[in-house]
Amino acid sequence: MSDQLRPDLALIARTVRQGARVLDVGCGDGALMAALRDNAGVDARGLELDGSNVADAVGRGLSVVQGDADTDLRYYPDASFDYAILSQTLQTTRRPDLVVEELLRIAAQAFVSFPNFAHWRGRISLLWGGRMPVTRLLPDTWYDTLNIHHVTVDDFRALVKDRGWTIDGQWFLKGDRETTHANANLFAEHAVFLLRK
Amino acid sequence: MTDDSRFGLRRQVRLAGPLSLDSGAALGPVDIAYETYGTLNPDRSNAILICHALTGDQYVASDHPVTGKPGWWWRLVGEGKPVDPARHFIICANVVGSCMGSSGPASLDVATGLPFAMRFPVLTIADMVRAQAMLLDHLGVDRLYAVIGGSMGGMQALTWPTLFADRVERCIVIASTARHSAQNIAFHEVGRQAIMADPNWRGGDYYADGQVPSAGLAVARMAAHITYLSEAGLTEKFGRRLQGRDAKTFGFDADFQVESYLRHQGLSFVERFDANSYLYITRAMDYYDIAEDHGGSLAMAFTASKARFCLVSFDTDWLYPTAESRIIVHALNAGGAQASFVELSSPFGHDAFLLECPELNRVVDGFLKGGRA
Repeated sequence: MSDQLRPDLALIARTVRQGARVLDVGCGDGALMAALRDNAGVDARGLELDGSNVADAVGRGLSVVQGDADTDLRYYPDASFDYAILSQTLQTTRRPDLVVEELLRIAAQAFVSFPNFAHWRGRISLLWGGRMPVTRLLPDTWYDTLNIHHVTVDDFRALVKDRGWTIDGQWFLKGDRETTHANANLFAEHAVFLLRK
Repeated sequence: MTDDSRFGLRRQVRLAGPLSLDSGAALGPVDIAYETYGTLNPDRSNAILICHALTGDQYVASDHPVTGKPGWWWRLVGEGKPVDPARHFIICANVVGSCMGSSGPASLDVATGLPFAMRFPVLTIADMVRAQAMLLDHLGVDRLYAVIGGSMGGMQALTWPTLFADRVERCIVIASTARHSAQNIAFHEVGRQAIMADPNWRGGDYYADGQVPSAGLAVARMAAHITYLSEAGLTEKFGRRLQGRDAKTFGFDADFQVESYLRHQGLSFVERFDANSYLYITRAMDYYDIAEDHGGSLAMAFTASKARFCLVSFDTDWLYPTAESRIIVHALNAGGAQASFVELSSPFGHDAFLLECPELNRVVDGFLKGGRA
């Protein structure tokens, strides 16, 4: 396990309450879960698609279930967690709106983090190059990327408004540093939202 | 404790019982053959029960007395392995109904002095587990650090927290299911009919003259063995290759390697297994349906348990496919249990749980070392 958490995960780790019950959807190898367990006494459960990642996570003593955010969240009972976390996974799901809806059914609050497709580098690539952007955060070409629903900060805000969810917190990242809320849709590489129903 | 005759290899105990069975019958006395490895620590918190599969036995990590082969789960249990006698007190018992020293149809009925044969009571998986609990009482083990099993052993492991919620801290269920499907029952019925069609079977009373229904039992084993393998695995191992000949014989000898292999599997099996035990244990598996025993709700079966669960399936296992493990995981999630689940990749089908699989060892090791329930 790397001691250094990815910046969006570090931010989430700082915000989660001590001793909370957390469901990490798309938990990867369990780095965030392990940090939450070890540093904040969190009761963390995970859901992860990739079997090798699950083996890694279980191998470090975490409770992780191999499954798919699009199909397996419905098996979790209502209000069974304090937080659900969906980090860098939203844009890979078939129905991101329904996935977030499920998170807010299962947990009191949900962290949702995603790469901002409207970052200026991407815009320039599309505007001047006429090509789908391939950047540090979006390193794959259009045909082999797992990101099937690219989303911008403003798109996500519109979805939140449309569904009547409440934003309890929002953070924007450029590289591994937090950046201004002003013009986040243009300057943020990465967004983290904390939502409530 | 080392001089305590209850502990060690090749143990057998006669427990007075009686063991109350799901059928309403009672069995007593109950013989249980078992092995223990390692030492029970002073606070009795390091006991791990290993549950064996249909034709398995108590020799999980020591050489088999009949075949001379190493213990059936030596890859997982032993020095330096995830289940390690240096750290754990390991128990493995022959299930009741079997034929390796525990009470079964070949045992003598104390009432008559004759083998039970088909007068032995029909058992369930839960009955096997209750007998194991009686053994743990005898060994002075109140709580299990873990119960672990694959295939039918997984059924027992999964049944444990439903019957004895307070006695299980961790439960590992590998290549298994929460109920026997119609297809599972169908394959077992083929095996049973093969045994009962053997003229030597004689209603199960074949013990006196030693003329056992070996042809029927061998066919049962051959049919079952196919379900333990994968199509891809069979193709890779045998393809359409011929056995010790250059051309087809236009007869019914074992022309193909796969035929020869299955015949060998059948013949070697009858040397170590009792046909009536095969009938009783397959019946127990067919009756197995944990949800049915809990008002139709699998989730309800685990609500009293605080155990952590770990489920593992294999992608080429079509006997107890991944979907069956998922059903268990969803039920555990619904009840808020701490559950882990992973589907591992292997070309070997159902048998994968007994074969070389470093990923399985990694998962079991990590899970066993993970936090207390």
